Amino acid sequence: MDVKLINPFINATVNVLGTMAFVESEAGKPYLKKDDVARGDVSGVIGFTGETNGTLSITFNELCILKIVSNMFGEEMTEINDEIADAVGELTNMISGQARKELEEVGKKYQAAIPTVIIGKNHQLETKTQGPKIAIPFKTEFGSFTIEVCLEG
Amino acid sequence: MDLNMKVLIVDDFATMRRILRNILKQIGFTNIVDADDGDTALKELKKEKIDLILCDWNMPEMPGIDLLKTLKADEQLKDIPFVMVTAEAQKDNIIKAVKSGVSSYIVKPFTAETVSEKLNKVFGD
Repeated sequence: MDVKLINPFINATVNVLGTMAFVESEAGKPYLKKDDVARGDVSGVIGFTGETNGTLSITFNELCILKIVSNMFGEEMTEINDEIADAVGELTNMISGQARKELEEVGKKYQAAIPTVIIGKNHQLETKTQGPKIAIPFKTEFGSFTIEVCLEG
Repeated sequence: MDLNMKVLIVDDFATMRRILRNILKQIGFTNIVDADDGDTALKELKKEKIDLILCDWNMPEMPGIDLLKTLKADEQLKDIPFVMVTAEAQKDNIIKAVKSGVSSYIVKPFTAETVSEKLNKVFGD
């Protein structure tokens, strides 16, 4: 996978969280992830089709996602529930949309499916996409989260 | 822009319905209803007079673009301003929406200021 294709996902993540939740996030060093275990408590996963198949997942630690969604709603969220799950799905959808827009600008067109959300400590992130998984850890003032990008070809 | 108009929000994600409702209230709208899919939106439109629709694109069963086309083919509903609020920012989709008669297009993520500016343009303020 061309590493340059990772930047649109990083940019989209920073942009979506900054605009919708007023949360600044800083990307760490990308690394190759070899297992399917999520690095957090709740994940949004979305598949792509187009020139190749792909998957984006975003996994948040509990405190981090509670603060992000509290900012989005303008009210305090205290536990991971259906509202948090719905918000993670929508965040995944928006990050996917922004990233696909930037990918289109370099000639890569993708369509996305409807996101799914998985909740639980150390849950599995199995993808049907065949290819290396690049994980990018992010830091915010409220804790950490990780995005994983897997694009075939 | 008449802030007493009735606004219909259509989005399958409760999160987005909530965010849009908060922003519309912040702008000054008081008369807001919502629907979580295209069929429910159509029922709402048949039930009461709606003055403005804010609609997502990616929804299961009936995507926003299909709801827009359905409304444009309906003599009684075709003139209701229809604003697409979507993560679909690719050029082809925007062109498709414009050709189908969309009044405005808001790309997610957005700020309250963006929503306010786009709605003011729709109503010529």
